[in-house]
Amino acid sequence: MNFDKKKIDLFAIDIRENIVRTIASKGTGHVGGSLSIADTLAVLYGAVMNVDPENPNKEDRDYIVLSKGHAGPALYAALALKGYFPMETLQTLNKNDTILPSHTDRLKTPGVDLTTGSLGQGTSLAAGAALADKLDGKENYTYLIVGDGELDEGQVWEFALFTAHQNLSNLITFVDANGKQLDGTTEQICRLGSIEKKFESFGFNAITVEDGNDTEQIYNAIMSAKAEKGRPSAIVLHTVKGAGIKRYTKMANCHSVAVGKDELEEILRELDEKRDQIRGCRNAEN
Amino acid sequence: MQKIKTGDVELRKVFSETLFELMDSDPDIMYLDADLSGAIGTSKLIAEKPEQAIDVGIMEANMVGVAAGLSVKGKIPFVHSFGTFSTRRCADQVFLSGCYNRANVKIIGSDPGVSAQSNGGTHMPLEDVAVFRAFPEMKIFDVAEPNLLRFILKETSEEYGMTYTRFPRKFKGTYYDERQDFKIGKGVVLREGRDVTIIASGLEVFEALHAAEMLSAMYIDAEVIDMFTIKPVDAELICASASKTGAIVTAENHNIIGGLGSAVAEVLAEHCPVPMKRIGARDHFGEVGDQKFLIDKFAMSSGDIVLAAQEVLSRRN
Repeated sequence: MNFDKKKIDLFAIDIRENIVRTIASKGTGHVGGSLSIADTLAVLYGAVMNVDPENPNKEDRDYIVLSKGHAGPALYAALALKGYFPMETLQTLNKNDTILPSHTDRLKTPGVDLTTGSLGQGTSLAAGAALADKLDGKENYTYLIVGDGELDEGQVWEFALFTAHQNLSNLITFVDANGKQLDGTTEQICRLGSIEKKFESFGFNAITVEDGNDTEQIYNAIMSAKAEKGRPSAIVLHTVKGAGIKRYTKMANCHSVAVGKDELEEILRELDEKRDQIRGCRNAEN
Repeated sequence: MQKIKTGDVELRKVFSETLFELMDSDPDIMYLDADLSGAIGTSKLIAEKPEQAIDVGIMEANMVGVAAGLSVKGKIPFVHSFGTFSTRRCADQVFLSGCYNRANVKIIGSDPGVSAQSNGGTHMPLEDVAVFRAFPEMKIFDVAEPNLLRFILKETSEEYGMTYTRFPRKFKGTYYDERQDFKIGKGVVLREGRDVTIIASGLEVFEALHAAEMLSAMYIDAEVIDMFTIKPVDAELICASASKTGAIVTAENHNIIGGLGSAVAEVLAEHCPVPMKRIGARDHFGEVGDQKFLIDKFAMSSGDIVLAAQEVLSRRN
């Protein structure tokens, strides 16, 4: 498949727009970690995953497990844009009786394959899903997204040992390494060292994406991971928390912030300018 | 009336044989262990059925999560560790990846309470039932009898949902015959009586049956109920027996807080209050010791049940 960077970059901007619109409708939410993973979701839903919005539970679909479940607004934006549910539904985030809870729930939201929210737990769930596929000789993939702060959880490393031992090459793990967690930088709170070396030493094929908000680099990393048949792959995305929107990238920490009406208008203008740049120039920087 | 017999088969043998049968008949049934297959007698199962039985290593949290993920794809995984480690060690994984995720994992906790014997207080689950009772939709079974264990394993494999089953792996006693009918949510009246009701589960059923014999010699006619189904508990049977005898003793191999005694007390208090007393560990930790020694030390013996029966009778009269 030829990768259409322009199309995917525009999709990523649409996801960003809907992340902030969605969070603005509630007033506050997990902005930073949703924006940092927007480009990966654009690549997955725009160019990689075997899914069908008309039939969210189709048997041979690829699975998505957002273990950093608080980035739900990013996944919801991607799902709504793909047609899993009406765009208006996004405005119900975290409101009474919503199908879009702050953390992803497979029983509430079409397109969400596993329920997450207690950090670390999506990893083992993804491993179980991938193991079932492997045992049944299925060809589909499970895509797991964890945060770098989430790597503090011991369960992630139990998962890593297990997944490498079981050779689950049908499971591709993304680490959204935006360098920040709720209380500060990952460097300040609990040093991670080289995430790549850690996964490599656990038996993974570790792939570095130097600009984890560059769709083409993400796409190439996924293709490289899919070519690896003997080991599971971990794609370490060196991202920026709040990526793609200046006011958030400049903040010391935008983990969970309020989004007011004025800010929203300013953000929408910024995103429109980016769209114009992309449409005008094929190689424009995102 | 049911009679106690000394069985010739350890419950762990019943466990592994039943799993073999279930996995032969349904390729989606799986078994995961966290490096205790040697203790529970499933090493052969893991060696002979590599597509269905996996020793994941010493990682209970990951084991439960993997099992939940497998179940969402249609597998029916049993997971085992000692009762301490398959419950409190991975409680959040069982709650969220399991119950909240509406997964289908059959959790086994071996060596509940005093049956942990020489493994001591670190390995002696006297709180496992209490931990899981507050998890919505979780079903909990306390078993120490081979025919009942076979039923629970088969029945739970056939019904979707999260379950927890605890049993002493090396225990051999029996009091049912092979034709006994069981139903989840329905306790079994082992001995009918008019004066006092003893509601017991697991190992304490044996103490309760002994206690009934002792009470009989004192002209006290005790009813004995095996309430293996702690959740859902059989409220109908509890109330029927309470209105007949008017006095209840519960006996459990668990802390009296949060287990069978609490479940029965909740039913009685809300629907049919009568004098009751709970027998079980009285809010203390476990310790090293033989099963018989611990049952005596924790005041969980048939003699303790007799004293409790006399106390509730005096309160009733």
